[in-house]
Amino acid sequence: MIRHTPFHPRTSEANQTGLWSHWSGYLAADRYQMADKFEYFAIRNSAGVFDTSPLYKYRFTGRDAERYLAGVLTRDIRKCRPGQAQYTVWCDDEGWVLEDGVVLRLSGDEFLLTAARPNLAYFSDLAAGYSVSVDDVSEEYGALAVQGPVSREVLAELAPEIGSLGFFRLGPAKIGKIPVTVSRTGYTGDLGYEIWVDADRAVEVWDRLFEVAQPRGVIPVGQTALLIARIEAGLVLIDVDFHSARYAWNDDQRVTPIELGMGWMLRRLDEDDRAFIGRRAIEREIEEKSSRWKTVGVVVDWQDWARTHNDRGLITPKDHTPQHGSMMLYDGDLAQVGYVPSFVFSPLLQRHIGIARVRPDHAAGGTRLGLEVNIDHRYAVVDSEVSPLPFFDPERKTA
Amino acid sequence: MSNEYDAIVIGGGHNGLINGAYLARAGLRTLILERRHLVGGAAITEELYPGFQFTTFSYALSLLRPEIVHELELTSHGFMPLQMPTTFCPTDDGDYLLIGEDKDENHHEIARHSKRDADAYDAYNHMMSQVVHAIRPLMDSIPPDITSKDPEERARLAAIGSYLADLPPRVLHDLVRLLTGSAADILEDYFETDIMQGWQASSGIIGSKVGPRSQGSGLVLLYHAFGEHDSVYGAWAFHKGGNGGFTQVLARAAEALGAEIRLESPVERVITSEDRAVGVALEDGTELRAPVVVSALDPRRTFMELVDPRQLPNDLVENVRRLKFQGTSAKVNFALEANPTFPALRGRTDQYRGFINIGPSLDYLERAFDDAKYGWYSSRPYIDSSIQSNIDPEMAPPGKAVMSNFVQYAPYQLRESDWDTEREALGDVVQARLEEVFPGFSDLVLHREVVTPLDIERTVGLTEGNIFAGEFLAPQMFFFRPAPGWNQYRTPIHGYYQCGSGTHPGGCVMGAPGRFASRQILTDLSDA
Ligand SMILES: Cc1cc2nc3c(=O)[nH]c(=O)nc-3n(C[C@H](O)[C@H](O)[C@H](O)COP(=O)(O)OP(=O)(O)OC[C@H]3O[C@@H](n4cnc5c(N)ncnc54)[C@H](O)[C@@H]3O)c2cc1C
Repeated sequence: MIRHTPFHPRTSEANQTGLWSHWSGYLAADRYQMADKFEYFAIRNSAGVFDTSPLYKYRFTGRDAERYLAGVLTRDIRKCRPGQAQYTVWCDDEGWVLEDGVVLRLSGDEFLLTAARPNLAYFSDLAAGYSVSVDDVSEEYGALAVQGPVSREVLAELAPEIGSLGFFRLGPAKIGKIPVTVSRTGYTGDLGYEIWVDADRAVEVWDRLFEVAQPRGVIPVGQTALLIARIEAGLVLIDVDFHSARYAWNDDQRVTPIELGMGWMLRRLDEDDRAFIGRRAIEREIEEKSSRWKTVGVVVDWQDWARTHNDRGLITPKDHTPQHGSMMLYDGDLAQVGYVPSFVFSPLLQRHIGIARVRPDHAAGGTRLGLEVNIDHRYAVVDSEVSPLPFFDPERKTA
Repeated sequence: MSNEYDAIVIGGGHNGLINGAYLARAGLRTLILERRHLVGGAAITEELYPGFQFTTFSYALSLLRPEIVHELELTSHGFMPLQMPTTFCPTDDGDYLLIGEDKDENHHEIARHSKRDADAYDAYNHMMSQVVHAIRPLMDSIPPDITSKDPEERARLAAIGSYLADLPPRVLHDLVRLLTGSAADILEDYFETDIMQGWQASSGIIGSKVGPRSQGSGLVLLYHAFGEHDSVYGAWAFHKGGNGGFTQVLARAAEALGAEIRLESPVERVITSEDRAVGVALEDGTELRAPVVVSALDPRRTFMELVDPRQLPNDLVENVRRLKFQGTSAKVNFALEANPTFPALRGRTDQYRGFINIGPSLDYLERAFDDAKYGWYSSRPYIDSSIQSNIDPEMAPPGKAVMSNFVQYAPYQLRESDWDTEREALGDVVQARLEEVFPGFSDLVLHREVVTPLDIERTVGLTEGNIFAGEFLAPQMFFFRPAPGWNQYRTPIHGYYQCGSGTHPGGCVMGAPGRFASRQILTDLSDA
């Protein structure tokens, strides 16, 4: 049976479209109202509230928790102090990415990790010999992301202590009388926060939040709005931009952290004495420069996009619905040099943008590539250009 | 501050800013001179009451050419066209028509009023889109000079003939019907209900001294369908911070490209020497020099005030003199304690996320026009309203509301009175009408701003308060905007150009005149 998140009494009221997806076995609103672009603009112009409760959540506690995670996660968790959060990936022995997630370090020996897929057995099996307990606490929390330029103002009114929270910092707070954890994290590339609350008090937090937020134009936002924002922010999505190596059939389905654009997590590898899973393979990849791909942005040439469609009697399409697939990328000789798993017309940037995977020799910013599009059942190749990620990176995100 | 430039643009409305930005982008040392303390002209936003941002004049964005967004890199200067997902049309009997983003939901909503109209709505939209798409290439280029004997111009003229002849006959015929007929003629073919007719017909009267049953309102209807926000013909957006927010973006873009903007610098006249423009003189006597001078003002001011009309050919002067302006639009804007209540939707405010169209039937609009025909403002006016704080929450303090009301008809020439006398009376008429639609409205009012055609003329400089810098009448469009022989942004004075809404394609926050004029100027410079 499909499950409901702790906020369901409120999200079901707010969802006027009846459109829900199944996300990790839970109902998740695609959009709350007919106009998903209006929800998207809430994220960029006021704030949008997104129910992220369906994410899997694992708690690691115990004397060895840090040491354990330092060996499991690819990014050095020891650099993440209590009260800080870290975006990370974890890999298999061959250095292929298994998953990505955010770790919240609640205290010296307590960590909370979000994951898109079930991982309890995987993490538990690795815990043998460590003084760490690994618990699946997915159902204990409701989680709300409050994302957008007014999010700080709204949360600071609810709990002044949140106002000073830095980027990727977290702390305890009280919303009304309800104890919560608030982290300055999110999946929109904007100023934003996530509120973690005991599941049985989730609805109260929602109500209190909207009391303050609603007069400022803050609205609940569904998956479509979030997925537009995350492409602009250059944030990758599992099963779209990459697949877990755990269930891959061949290496075409696998990526390394470097290929996925996470090379920055490994920049100080020489000063890092951890023996973490996949390390040797990653070192080999670096040494042999054997990465097959780079993850970059592509921006479509607006004139060529218009011309290509106008020549076929069509008005230039500007569809803000994210396209997940694999549009092909070609070099000047029409040889395939990459693909675009995530594509969208950004209403804010007014450009068609995509997260792309290209061969390293075609990854330099400004490289011209042809993007294959299907127009009325025929292929056309439209000019595009490699661009650094993220496409959208406002100062307020980290300020 | 230097007084020597390559180009000087007179007027910092959106067309002047766009023109100046393109000239600067081409490497010209460009100066934009604005009379007022802020740029934007008819597209400004002002905090007239603490915490409330008023769009004093222009209030929504649709016709802006998408090329301009890219070429001037407006997104890196804060361009943000917020979606307006609803259109809300109260009917005369307390019911309403609420149109949103979902095609099928709209179908059922219209079917509540008429199943026939629900189907016709799609057919109508498709017809309009096809016509717009067909003539887009003509609107999006500099028209030929119909008076010219130059073989190249003649060839371009002939090419338009062939282009039109190649259109599907149905599209061509619909185009001619729109260009020559009334909005009512066309709408009555599609719709049977008052509310659909009234709602659609309102786009045929905006800014113009025509009623929905007047010949010529079809052209106004077509012109407004020419907008293509995010590639949906006829779709509108609300720029963050209003249209004033948009012109601030333009100013930043122009400056980033190297243009200089001087505020509070009213130009008195263009300085000429032997039929050449050589600079401008400001009202304070300052003289600034440039071989290119561009007027972003309306044709009256461009030809009759900034230069001595005796320097110009007689027929041009004659044509400019008889141009029709006759503004008929006003604004009444409010700061409100809260969103107003619509009784049939008590407790809801999500119907206020776009336009609120108070013009429930053709008869209603036509009667409103009747008053204007005889020199008075409508006793029951057409109101194009929007409560913009529901789209951009920062327009008003949390929980409060700011409301823009575009009002017709309010003729520039009043019979036996004047606008300084009638200003607040007009405000009262509008407020009373809003009170009918939203009972309790007046109790919410914190501040009211009434903008009459005379105020538009005084503040922005648009002659007779015509919002488009010249009526959208067939003899004032395309080949003839602003005058036959002078539709290519040049003037009889060498180096003196025009780029305001009085030039092709015309008014609205569209930017095409400013952009095309810059192209003409740059072509002339490279030919010289
Ligand atoms: C009430 C109203 C509502 C409207 N609503 C809309 C709408 O919602 N959407 C839409 O698309 N269009 C709307 N319009 C039309 C649109 O705003 C205008 O067509 C457009 O803004 C005109 O732009 P412009 O740059 O051509 O001229 P203007 O905006 O008129 O700019 C001319 C500029 O020149 C300056 N100036 C004048 N004289 C001098 C001088 N001697 N020296 C220096 N500077 C001078 C003026 O101060 C002004 O800034 C509306 C217009 C009005 C008046």
